[in-house]
Amino acid sequence: MTEPTAPGEGQATRVIEVDYLARVEGEGALYVRTEGDRVAQVDFKIFEPPRFFEAFLRGRRHDEAPDITARICGICPVAYQMSSVHAMEDALGITIDGPLRELRRLLYCGEWIESHALHVYMLHAPDFLGFQDAVQMAQAHPGVLERGLGLKKAGNLIGQLLGGREVHPINVRVGGFYRVPTRKELASLHDPLSRALDAARETVRWVRGLPFPEFERDYEFVALRHPHEYPFCEGRLVSSRGLDIAVSEYPTQFAEQHVARSNALHSRLAARVAAGEPGHYLVGPLARYNLNADRLGPIAAEAAHDAGLAPGCRNPFKSILARAVELVFACEEALRVIDAYTPPPLPHVAGELRAGVGHGCTEAPRGILYHRYELNADGTIADAVIVPPTSQNQATIEDDLRALLATRLALPDAELQWQCEQAIRNYDPCISCATHFLKLEVDRR
Amino acid sequence: MKRPAVLGIGNEYRGDDAAGLLVVRALRAAGAVQGWDLLELSGEGAGLIDAWEDRPCVVLVDAVALAGLPAGTVLRYDDPASLPPDTELRCSSHAFGVGAALALAEVLGRLPPVLVLYGINGQAFAQGATMTPAVDDAAARVAADIAQAIREKEWNAHA
Repeated sequence: MTEPTAPGEGQATRVIEVDYLARVEGEGALYVRTEGDRVAQVDFKIFEPPRFFEAFLRGRRHDEAPDITARICGICPVAYQMSSVHAMEDALGITIDGPLRELRRLLYCGEWIESHALHVYMLHAPDFLGFQDAVQMAQAHPGVLERGLGLKKAGNLIGQLLGGREVHPINVRVGGFYRVPTRKELASLHDPLSRALDAARETVRWVRGLPFPEFERDYEFVALRHPHEYPFCEGRLVSSRGLDIAVSEYPTQFAEQHVARSNALHSRLAARVAAGEPGHYLVGPLARYNLNADRLGPIAAEAAHDAGLAPGCRNPFKSILARAVELVFACEEALRVIDAYTPPPLPHVAGELRAGVGHGCTEAPRGILYHRYELNADGTIADAVIVPPTSQNQATIEDDLRALLATRLALPDAELQWQCEQAIRNYDPCISCATHFLKLEVDRR
Repeated sequence: MKRPAVLGIGNEYRGDDAAGLLVVRALRAAGAVQGWDLLELSGEGAGLIDAWEDRPCVVLVDAVALAGLPAGTVLRYDDPASLPPDTELRCSSHAFGVGAALALAEVLGRLPPVLVLYGINGQAFAQGATMTPAVDDAAARVAADIAQAIREKEWNAHA
C-alpha cells in the first residue's frame, strides 16, 4: 500500500495499491478511482492469458477434454469434467440415467463439500471475525478450523472413491465412468458423510451468528433449475427476471464482451443489453438458493429456515450463509445417493462418433460453468468455448464495489481495502479459472 | 499409521509449476522407492493437510519463485520453520496454498513428525508455458537426491 498522494483543490486524493488480493483463488487486479466523495471508476481486472485451454483442445480427441479441462482449476476439477462430459454427450446423442447419473451427482456433492468448506472456513469467515487469515483464526478458534478441515475431508473421500484419486479425478469419462464402485465400497462413505452432515448443520448455526454488513443490491440471479432437484448437472437456465432457456440457447442469450482494460471476456445477458441495460447478472450459491430453495432436501431446508435465510436474499455478504446451507444439502444428497445405490450393469454408455455441436452447463461451486464443443466426424475437437463462473460474475463484482464504496468513502484506506476484499470474496472468485495475478489499487483524487 | 510419502505439487499446464509432479513421476518410473507413497497434488492447502495426516515422514516438492536466483536452483529445508518468510511457493496463487497449509498445520499440531521441503526455482508459470530446461534438469536431480536419501535411510528413524 502506498501513502495518500497530495490532495487536489477541494478534493481528497488518495491512492491505495495492493499487490494481490489475499484469499482469492488465483490472482487479478482491482483498480478504484475516487474523486472527492464520488466513485469515478471501478475496474475489476482479470489478466487472462490467451484462452489457452480452448486453443489447446482444438484437434484433441473428444474423450481427452474431461481430463484436460480438469486441470484448469485445482479447486473445482469435477465441475470442468461434468460440463465437459455433458457437452460431449449432447454432441454425440448419449443420455445418462439411473445409477450413473446418481454417481455423478454424488461426485459433485463431494466437490461442493470440499470447495464450500474451504471457502467458508479458510477464506471468508476470517473476514467477518476480524482475523487476517485462517491461521490467525485457528489460534483463537482451533476447534472451528478442525470442523472445517473435517468437512473438507469428507468431500475428499467421495472424490477419492469416485474420482479415482483425490485431485484431478481421472475416473470420469464421456458416457459415465471407467470404473464404478461396488455397493460395499460406497457404503463405506455412509458414516463419514453422516458425521459431515452434523458438522454442516453446525456450520449453518455458526455462520448465522456472523456480523453481516448491511448491504443489498437488486441483482438478476441466474442458475440452473431442474423440475425436481436442486441443480448440479441438468436443468434449464433461469433468472430472477424471467429468463427461462435451454442450455443450448446459452450462446444466443449470453454475450461475451471484450473489455479493453481486461483480457478476460465479460458476460452479459443479451436481451438486457438489447434493451439498453447493462445486462449484468449473478451466479453462484446465492443465485442457486434464491432460484431453487424449494428444491432443497428437508434437512437443508430446515437449516436455511432456522438460519433465517429466505428466498429473495439480496445481501451478497450472506452468500456465506447460502454456501453453508448448500454444505448441508450436499451432505444430505450424498447420503441419499449412497444409501439407495445399486451398481449399474456397465460403467459407461457407448456412443457413435459423429460431427456435431454439444452444450454443457453445470453448477460449479461458484456458479454455472458453460462448455460448448464442435466435433469433427472422427471425434476430434474443432472448436471449444469455456465460460467459467467468475467471468460471469466479474461485472457484478464491479457493481457491488461501486455501490459499497459510495457509502464508505470516509473510511481509512486500510479499512476500505479490507471491505473491498471481503466484498470480492463474497463471490469466492476462482480467478485462476479465468486468469492469474490479482492486484488491488484504490486511486483517490 | 500410513506409509511415508513424497508429495509432488504443481500444475502440468503451467510450465515450471510442474516441477514437483516431474520429481514424483521420475521416482515412480525408476521404481527406486519401495515402501513409500508417491502422490501428485495440486497444492490446495487443506487437501495437503489431509495428504500428510498419519504419515511418519513426508517429503514435499514444489516449484518456488525466488527473485535473484537462477531457474533450476534447488533449495532444501529439513525444517519448515527455516523457510524464508518471503518464499513464494507457486501454488500460493491458489487461495489457500502450501504456505498457508504449513502455517495452519503448525497451529493445529498437524505437521508430520518429519517434513522435508524441496523447492525448485522456476521462472515460467503462465498457462501453456514451456518448462525451462534448467528446471527440468533440476527435477531429475531432486528425484535422484530423494531416492538416495531414502536408500541410505536418511529419514529411516522416522519412516
